[in-house]
Amino acid sequence: MTLTVHDIHTYYGRSHVLQGISLEVADGETVALLGRNGAGKTTTMRSVVGLTAPHRGTVELDDTDITGMPTHQIARRGMAFVPSGRRAYASLTVRQNLALSTRGKDSPNAWTLDRVLETFPKLQQLGNRRAGHLSGGEQQMLKLGRALLSAPRILLLDEPTEGLSPAIVADLGRWLAILKKERTTVLITEQNALFALKYADRGYIIEKGLVRHEASAESLRQSTEIQRYLGVAASA
Amino acid sequence: MSESSIITNLIGILTTASTLFMVAAGLTLVFGALRLINIAHGSFYMYGAYLATTLAARLGGAGFWVSLVICPLVVAAMGVLVEVLVLRRLYRREHLTQLLATFALLLIFADIALRLWGKSVRSIKAPSALNGHFQFGGAAVPVYDLFVIGVAALVAIGLWALMSRSKLGWRVRAVVDDPEVLAASGTNVPLILTGVFALGAMLAGLSGVVIAPEQAVQPGMDAEIIVAAFIVAVIGGLGSIVGAAIGSLIIGVVETLGAVWTPSWASTFIYALMILVLAIRPWGLFGETER
Ligand SMILES: Nc1ncnc2c1ncn2[C@@H]1O[C@H](COP(=O)(O)OP(=O)(O)OP(=O)(O)O)[C@@H](O)[C@H]1O
Ligand SMILES: [Mg+2]
Repeated sequence: MTLTVHDIHTYYGRSHVLQGISLEVADGETVALLGRNGAGKTTTMRSVVGLTAPHRGTVELDDTDITGMPTHQIARRGMAFVPSGRRAYASLTVRQNLALSTRGKDSPNAWTLDRVLETFPKLQQLGNRRAGHLSGGEQQMLKLGRALLSAPRILLLDEPTEGLSPAIVADLGRWLAILKKERTTVLITEQNALFALKYADRGYIIEKGLVRHEASAESLRQSTEIQRYLGVAASA
Repeated sequence: MSESSIITNLIGILTTASTLFMVAAGLTLVFGALRLINIAHGSFYMYGAYLATTLAARLGGAGFWVSLVICPLVVAAMGVLVEVLVLRRLYRREHLTQLLATFALLLIFADIALRLWGKSVRSIKAPSALNGHFQFGGAAVPVYDLFVIGVAALVAIGLWALMSRSKLGWRVRAVVDDPEVLAASGTNVPLILTGVFALGAMLAGLSGVVIAPEQAVQPGMDAEIIVAAFIVAVIGGLGSIVGAAIGSLIIGVVETLGAVWTPSWASTFIYALMILVLAIRPWGLFGETER
């Protein structure tokens, strides 16, 4: 599924946060959205899924204009948004959390419950535990599992490594590699730019609500100037 | 206390608790999902009762049973209109704005009711099947009281099954936890909110029909019930259905025994109890602290 964002402007109240973002994620591509704190990465994703509708500009999925469409309809077209932070349904059990994900129409049947539980065995063990009691890493698995169950045709991952232990970040890397191999379309934001660039085909760097730079992941990985700008530690 | 007066009081407690529960459960359910205290919830109760008096007058004997089915549905439809036309515009506003708006709705509905039904006290007859008493442990227990308790018990079981056994109920709880994520996984959140509001209104309407044969149906019953239901919900914890059940029982006990022992102080006890609970557990007995 192809996502095309054209010149979107998004406001929080009076503050003009996105000032004309344009980007594209082609079918089967993994694209990284990078930038410093407050650059507008999360807002870009929220605008795309319709949680914070843009005032101007267009968002297209394949050839359909989805600008201003209600979020649940965008989701049913096959877009899964995985927000950052502890966003599992806290009062529901893990199993109930998973049961609430609805498959988009025309979505492939690649991710069954069995396969999700096989990929995240921890979720199987935690089945009857209240999601609010899970650790950050477990919540991240649950959010991902929930998103995959909807058999997304495009996946939006906001800061998936945030607050995870190195071991779980490594797991996450393996899952991303699987998604990439299956040619799932992915848009990912990361503080940990090198992590995202390891799996991305291309990357955008945004600053103050504008795209400042666009390049292949390969060249972004190698540009020390970019890395210094993003504050990437050489060891990451 | 003699055995017969224990039974009489117990039935009194359960009957009072039952009507309160049906109203408070809706109030608390709506608060949980919409984060809004709906003062006009009392209007739904009153309209349930008034509509029942009208239908019963037209239909005679079968009127009560028809009312029991039709009136809650009519009130649910009122709820849909209120949610879609008014409240939906207020979700992002301050609590005070919402409170004032629902208070205004209560006043408007009261005016309309005055035009439609006048000031006089109205009533309906209980159907003959529910008339009379039966003897139990030396006490004469009104059959109608048992009917009221039975309806409330069915409502409680139904709500429990809905919220913990059905996907729809899980969605309602997910709306409380995280409406954005729920929308982003394909659920039509505004539809769920309208549904919850309609369900709450329907329960209030049902409670109104059920009390109509036993209590005076008259202006002011809307404000009276909302105060009582609000106290119940606050004591039990806003948002918690179990809390509404326990809160109703507590108020039932205080009201019934208070009326027996110190009639003039009964309502003072209730307010004192609410203040006590608020001082010790501001989020109520079964409530959860605000996120
Ligand atoms: N709900 C909000 N209301 C007002 N301003 C907001 C809101 N959310 C974000 N902002 C502002 O919008 C700008 C962009 O925020 P956004 O969350 O999109 O940045 P980000 O790139 O995701 O940052 P981070 O790396 O910290 O997640 C910031 O200046 C932020 O302060
Ligand atoms: Mg962010």
